[in-house]
Amino acid sequence: MIPELGHFALILALLTAIAQSLFPVLGALKRAPALSSAAVPAARAQFAFCLLAFACLTAAFLMQDFSVRYVATNSNSALPVYYRFSAVWGAHEGSLLLWALILSGWTVAVTLFSRNLPDLFRVRVIAVMGAISVGFYLFMLLTSNPFERLLPPALEGNDLNPLLQDFGLIVHPPMLYMGYVGLAVPFSFAVAALMGGRLDPAWTRWTRPWTVIAWVFLTVGITLGSWWAYYELGWGGWWFWDPVENASFMPWLMATALIHSLAVSEQRGAFKAWTVLLAIFAFSLSLLGTFLVRSGVLVSVHAFATDPARGVFILAFLGIVVGSALVLFAVRGQAVSGGGRFEFFSRETLLLINNVLLVVASASVLLGTLYPLILDAMGLGKISVGPPYFNSVFVPLVLVLLAVLGVGPLTRWKHDHSRRLVTLLRWPLIVSILAGAAFALTSEGDGRAQIFAGLVFAAWVVATTALGIARRLKRRTAPMAGLFRLPRGFAGMTIAHLGAAVMVVGITLTTAMSTEKDLRLAPGDSYSIAGYDFRFVGVGEAMGPNYRAERGHIEVARNGKTFASMYPEKRHYINSSAPMTEAAIDAGFTRDLYAALGEELGDGAWAVRIYHKPFIRWIWLGGLLMALGGVLAVSDRRYRIAIRHERGRSGRDLEAGALAEG
Amino acid sequence: MTPRRQRMIFVGIMVAGVALAATLAFIAIGENMLYFFSPTQVKNGEAPKGRTLRVGGLVVPGSVTREPGDLTVRFDLTDNRESLTVTYSGILPDLFREGQGIIATGTLTPAGKLVADEVLAKHDEKYMPPEVAEALELANKGGRMPKPE
Repeated sequence: MIPELGHFALILALLTAIAQSLFPVLGALKRAPALSSAAVPAARAQFAFCLLAFACLTAAFLMQDFSVRYVATNSNSALPVYYRFSAVWGAHEGSLLLWALILSGWTVAVTLFSRNLPDLFRVRVIAVMGAISVGFYLFMLLTSNPFERLLPPALEGNDLNPLLQDFGLIVHPPMLYMGYVGLAVPFSFAVAALMGGRLDPAWTRWTRPWTVIAWVFLTVGITLGSWWAYYELGWGGWWFWDPVENASFMPWLMATALIHSLAVSEQRGAFKAWTVLLAIFAFSLSLLGTFLVRSGVLVSVHAFATDPARGVFILAFLGIVVGSALVLFAVRGQAVSGGGRFEFFSRETLLLINNVLLVVASASVLLGTLYPLILDAMGLGKISVGPPYFNSVFVPLVLVLLAVLGVGPLTRWKHDHSRRLVTLLRWPLIVSILAGAAFALTSEGDGRAQIFAGLVFAAWVVATTALGIARRLKRRTAPMAGLFRLPRGFAGMTIAHLGAAVMVVGITLTTAMSTEKDLRLAPGDSYSIAGYDFRFVGVGEAMGPNYRAERGHIEVARNGKTFASMYPEKRHYINSSAPMTEAAIDAGFTRDLYAALGEELGDGAWAVRIYHKPFIRWIWLGGLLMALGGVLAVSDRRYRIAIRHERGRSGRDLEAGALAEG
Repeated sequence: MTPRRQRMIFVGIMVAGVALAATLAFIAIGENMLYFFSPTQVKNGEAPKGRTLRVGGLVVPGSVTREPGDLTVRFDLTDNRESLTVTYSGILPDLFREGQGIIATGTLTPAGKLVADEVLAKHDEKYMPPEVAEALELANKGGRMPKPE
């Protein structure tokens, strides 16, 4: 009964989404604004129905209804309750439902926080979002219905993929989807602006907070994904350039470019057409990511579905959404272009370089991800493009980006003088080179050149950012108190940029200084890496709710003092014949110790993997700092002021906003 | 600065950036492309020696042997027509087992053995890497894999 109710709610959600996207069209044809405004209640009703459908699926999981195919495939009566919740989005059908739910949630948020938008613009945005929702509901109902019954019902469920039975996978997909789907908001704003043929400074001020919030979720989602891969996949790597990771990384790069381009559009009125185009690209890449992951075209850990009907549907949907947005841009783009002038030495130029680098980086990831698929489709052989490709293209681009990042915030809008910049940047440059050299000299091993390069660029970002703060505070009477009264927009940017530096330090030091050993250890054997003595005590048995495990015991000592016991496991889940490696990690601010069990080699000896990973936490810390910066920036005063005073003055730029950004 | 010059700068930076990136990307892709070969192709001498490549097939039951004392493991890979010996030193993935479809990345020795530095066995026991599935099917029919140019 409940699954039928859910199915029915899903159909109603589709119908209300159709209404939501058609009301504004009818309203425009009949010149009846009241009819257009009906899109707002339709959007809210759609959210309610979708929420109901989602609740029904969750209920089916909690009640262990194995007559529902999706539940029977992804759950088991021994599955702990909290994993039954996350199992709802553990595979294809349910994750699409989550997608649709989040999209309708964002739409409702737009209806709630956009009362100050001009009515016509507002209903257009809601109509575009409705059209996207229609596509997702159709996809679910036609090819991937989560409520499909199983006849005869299964007596026992198949269990959730053991890899997904983990805290990281409870929170990672919703975060990532919030980001993916959140990019639908700037996309819809862009399409609505193109429809109206008008793009004024108010538009960028409306779009900017939405974009930043979506970007924050995407940042947190990717960071969590990287952390999950590190501790759960048993390899100790934090980024694999796996197509599925790339699928989330491309929209992130594009959204990062969009945030910076929006800054120029808001402050200076320049790059407007470009900003619109970036908004279209960012969401297109989100959809492409969904297509890549969900259609099963990839050889990858995450490809759950392998059904060509689905792939064709998403590809067609992608073509319609992206194609129509680009056609609209081609026709109306001219109407929104133009804007403030600037000289070559100006912040605008540097942000332009930032944009080009990020877009190019995104394109190079796209090339590496799609090239093997295209060659394969054309019958030119089966190839794969590994991490070396991505690293050799990506690292130079990021280094240039970091160099520009240091200069940009210190440069003036419109025009600046090269001489002023040279004088200003002399000291940060010297300091960063010295800092990099000092660290490289104190470290040992052959990764020194790498450490030097990475740390010089990280120190450069820190030094120039510190200079930026100092120059802000110099104008104040009480500098220390002033630190907490900096405009949130500036503080957010500063923290996000420092986050980038922290991440670069983490990536550099982890890559250059890690020690990784695969060993054969018998009980009582010891092995030392990086000054830590690992003593293998032995392997015992352990039981979990739906698995049994071989549990290793390793004692770790430093300078003769035992300070940690590590228990890596090899788990055998009831309904899966393959074992699962569960690594043991002793985490620290400046280093992680990592141990994983391989296989038994006889005589009580085991293959054991032991890693020493310096500064690996800094990678995720940097990601979180970037997200924190985004949150601060969104809470900036000018958006709150803007909300209060917006109506009736949408055509003019707010002077307060321009001043706040400096 | 006139809008015209501004546009010129914009276009100039774009073109320079894209040209640089395209060059980098294609050089990098050319250097880092890994071709896939089936054991039959390797036996026929189609695979280059000394260059990193990927070979996929089923692990021949009973062929997995370990060196005593260290982590070197030796096994045969087959597409049910020809087979190939692979050596690997390290910890095998969780899903590695006899009869399972796997992909090994490494280089061929002059004697025609594969020294692998990575062994991939993905997904669950029902899953077969698509390359391996295709190679098996072709070997079964007596057909040939498309030869990489």
